[in-house]
Amino acid sequence: MKALLNQALGAAGVVLALALTACGGTTTAGGSASSSASSGGTLTVFAAASLTATFTELGHDFEAAHPGSKVNFNFGGSSDLVSQLQNGAPADVFASADQTNMTKATNAGLAAGTPQVFATNVLEIAVPPSNPAGIHTFQDLTKAGVRLVVCAQQVPCGSAAQKAAKAAGLTLKPVSEEQSVTDVLGKVISGDADAGLVYVTDVKGAGSKVSGVAFPESSAAVNSYPIVALKDSKNAALAQEFVDFVRGAQGQKVLGDAGFGAP
Amino acid sequence: MPASARPEPRGYSGLPRWIYLPAALGVLFVLVPLAGMLTRVDWLHFIPLITSDSSLAALRLSLETAVASTAACLVLGVPMALVLARGPVRGRRWLRALVLLPLVLPPVVGGLALLYTFGRLGLVGQWLDIVGVQLAFTTLAVVMAQTFVSLPFLVVSLEGALRTAGGRYEAVAATLGAAPTHVFWRVTLPLVAPGLASGLVLSFARSLGEFGATLTFAGSLEGVTRTLPLEVYLQREVDPDAAVALALVLVVVAALVVGVAYGRRLAGAVSA
Repeated sequence: MKALLNQALGAAGVVLALALTACGGTTTAGGSASSSASSGGTLTVFAAASLTATFTELGHDFEAAHPGSKVNFNFGGSSDLVSQLQNGAPADVFASADQTNMTKATNAGLAAGTPQVFATNVLEIAVPPSNPAGIHTFQDLTKAGVRLVVCAQQVPCGSAAQKAAKAAGLTLKPVSEEQSVTDVLGKVISGDADAGLVYVTDVKGAGSKVSGVAFPESSAAVNSYPIVALKDSKNAALAQEFVDFVRGAQGQKVLGDAGFGAP
Repeated sequence: MPASARPEPRGYSGLPRWIYLPAALGVLFVLVPLAGMLTRVDWLHFIPLITSDSSLAALRLSLETAVASTAACLVLGVPMALVLARGPVRGRRWLRALVLLPLVLPPVVGGLALLYTFGRLGLVGQWLDIVGVQLAFTTLAVVMAQTFVSLPFLVVSLEGALRTAGGRYEAVAATLGAAPTHVFWRVTLPLVAPGLASGLVLSFARSLGEFGATLTFAGSLEGVTRTLPLEVYLQREVDPDAAVALALVLVVVAALVVGVAYGRRLAGAVSA
């Protein structure tokens, strides 16, 4: 009965999808990309949202260094990217913002080789430029009346915050546990939070809208960014070249300028 | 709604047969994805997943805030609908468009608007801050976010009902000497009660599903601002099974609310 229902629903879904495709008149681009020359071809890179600025720049650099090549990016939360890959999204390279999600990808048999760490990132306290709550140390975050915003433990920046707090022997009492670094930063920029725990690169990226307060306890929670070429890549050679490019001198320069640490 | 006000000629269905094909496709388009979600539910652990402390806290908060925001919609929306439908307002078309704006805005835009208005440095918030009132990160902020996005649903439903009902009964009541307030309570409101009810149900359902504005304006803290949609989004990060289970709870609650209240009202309107 249940199988029958599933079949019926599946069939209905196919009919529906076909009908919608017909309505929209969408045609999928031919999938026969040239896979011979490693210098030409199109790459699809799935990269963590926090890499948006640096990887966009690196993409242009890579295209310039490999005439005839084109790099397309899909930026998003690392866990979203992994689940998209697991559900069959076509991609050539995956760059994760943490080891946990890269492990998910390798466990699912998506990687073509062993992931390599290409950058690191540490936490920093972001405060409004006027620093209304007078935050100068990690301990200051636990002062009464300080409205602290952190990432939820479920997301990488949140687990890093927990690690740092544990290393400092403190219990953080945030007024909000946000879903992403962007959300934390937004609350600091708007002035509603007195302090937020984000990455060094986020503080740097926000320019003059926030100030950063570095703290030694952050070394207890260094976050590593691994990258790997994917098994289903139609252009394996070029994919590996992109990975090497990110890990090479030019890639490291761009990443370093954005505040990322060396692997 | 206008259709149910005018009875159709008996025995005339008036539908070309081919109409049923796109209609059926439309129904499938809504139902098949829900069925697709059902196939991913981990039934074995369903109960533990949805009865965890954080899940229950989120469900409870969602229901409480949705009730509160629906009440706010009632208090603010009924007068708005009345003024829009009956009041001698110039530029009514533009006013209506403005009032309905949250309907088409991405919720995150609504959240930003609220944040920069009622946030600590915001247009209104900076004055509230002086007297010690801070809204961001409070449950009240959740209610405000939900009210912001839900209000148009009530106003649209009720304004439609008011227009369909017309002003004849009110005019009669007034000529018989009833004061405007008396007419409002005894004639207008009972007349549009079904429209009001459906508007309230829609507002409640929309509040239940509110996500973007809440996250942007109110933040996310268990038991304080983390409603069910926020919990679903967060759980998806680490535990897709829990996310799907909670998503199903949200769908069921929403379907119950809309089905029981809205369905009954429509059935009533048809048989009446």
